[in-house]
Amino acid sequence: MEALRKNMWRSAVLLALFALIGTGLVAYTFDVTKDRIAASERAAIIRTLHSIVKPSDHDNDIFHDTLEVTDAQYLGSRKPVTVYRARLHGEPSAAVLTVYAPNGYSGAIKMLVGIRRDGSLAGARILEHRETPGLGDAIEAEKTRWIESFQGKSLTQPDTQGWHVKKDGGYFDQFTGATITPRAVVQAIHNALLYYKDHQDLIFGPAPPPGG
Amino acid sequence: MANYGSIIQDGLWRNNPATVQILGLCPLLAVSSTVVNALGLGLATTLVLIGSNGTVAMIRNIVRPELRIPVFVLVIACFVTAVELAMRAYLYDLYKILGIFIPLIVTNCVIIARAEAFASKNTMARSCLDGLAMGLGFTVILVLLGALRESLGRGTLLAQAHLLFGAQAQHWTITLVDDYRGFLLAILPPGAFIGLGLIIAIKNRLERISWRTSDINHTKPVTSA
Repeated sequence: MEALRKNMWRSAVLLALFALIGTGLVAYTFDVTKDRIAASERAAIIRTLHSIVKPSDHDNDIFHDTLEVTDAQYLGSRKPVTVYRARLHGEPSAAVLTVYAPNGYSGAIKMLVGIRRDGSLAGARILEHRETPGLGDAIEAEKTRWIESFQGKSLTQPDTQGWHVKKDGGYFDQFTGATITPRAVVQAIHNALLYYKDHQDLIFGPAPPPGG
Repeated sequence: MANYGSIIQDGLWRNNPATVQILGLCPLLAVSSTVVNALGLGLATTLVLIGSNGTVAMIRNIVRPELRIPVFVLVIACFVTAVELAMRAYLYDLYKILGIFIPLIVTNCVIIARAEAFASKNTMARSCLDGLAMGLGFTVILVLLGALRESLGRGTLLAQAHLLFGAQAQHWTITLVDDYRGFLLAILPPGAFIGLGLIIAIKNRLERISWRTSDINHTKPVTSA
C-alpha cells in the first residue's frame, strides 16, 4: 500500500514536471513569434484593402482608421463588423465594409466591399467562405475575374432589378453549376450599397484624427 | 538493431506511413488538392515528427510505462503548437489555407505510432532519423497525390507556390493545359480516395515485381527501391 502511494506520487510529480516544461516551451514560442504574427495578419489585411482601394487613393492609416457598426439586415451579421475608412488629404475617399452573405451554399461568406464617396463600388474581395471547390469558389479573385465585374457599379448602375444574377433577370453572371453562391454575393454587395447610402454620415461623421 | 540505411528505407518505402501503415489519412486526403498545400503540411508534419521522436527518445528511460502515453501526447502537442505559431508568423497565407489541419497534426496517428513503436525503444539519433524518414515518406506521398489531383483537377502544377517559397516563386506555376475546364472529381474528396488507392496499388505492383526478380536471383536478398 505504501509502495503504491509512493508510486502514484512519483508519477504525478513527473507528469506535472512535463506539463510545466511543455507549457514553458509553448509560452516561449508564443512570445518569440507574437510580434511577427501580428505584423503578418496586418500585412494580409492591408494587402486585401489595397486591392480594393488603391494606395494612391488614400494617405491615412486605413488599418487603424476604423469603425465598428452593426446591422443584421444589411450587413449580414448580428455582431459588429469593421468599416475601414480611406481618406485623401483629410477628405473621405472611400469606405471598406466587412459584410457577410449569410445565404451562401454552405454557410456565410465573409467579404470586404469598398464603396467610393460617390456611391460607386471601388471593388469587393472574398475573405472567407466554404463554397464548393471548383464550382462556387470562382468568387475568389485568385480563381476567376468574376468579382471584378462589380467595380464601378452603383445603386443606379445597374438598377434594382439589375442587382441579380442573369438567371433571375439581373445583370451579373452566375457560374455553370453554381447559382446560389453568386446570388448570395450579389445580394450582399447590393445590401452593402444600400447600407452605405443611409449611413454615410455615421461612417465619416466624426472628424479624422490629427496627423495620419 | 536497425541500422541507419534501413531506417531510411523503412520510412520512404518498405514501411511508408501513407501507403503501408495507412496512417494519417485525414490530413493526407484533406489537403492534397494542390502540390503547395501538400508540401506545406508534409514539411510541418516532418518537423513535428523529428522533434517528438527525438524528445521521446531522450526521456524514454525516465518515463514509466504507465505514464508514457500522456507524456507522449503532451510532447507532441507542444511541438505542434510551436510549429503552428511559427507557420502563422512566417508563412501566414499558407497557414490560412491549411487552417485547422495544422493543429490537427496532433491527431495524426503516424506521430504517436512512431513515438510508441520506435522512439521509445531507440537512441535519440536513430529516433530523429526515423522521424525524418517517416516524415519525408509521408510528404512524398502527399505531394504525389497533390500533383495527381492538381494536374487532373485544375490542369496546373505548383499553383500559388509563392505561399511557401516567397515572392520569387510567383511565376513557378506550370500550366499543363491552356484553358482547362477542370475535372471536379479530382479536386473533391472522392478524388483523394481514388488517387491514394491508385498510388497504393502501383506501389504494391512495383513491390511484387521486385519480389519476383529476387526469387529468380536467389542469391540476392530483397533490396527494394
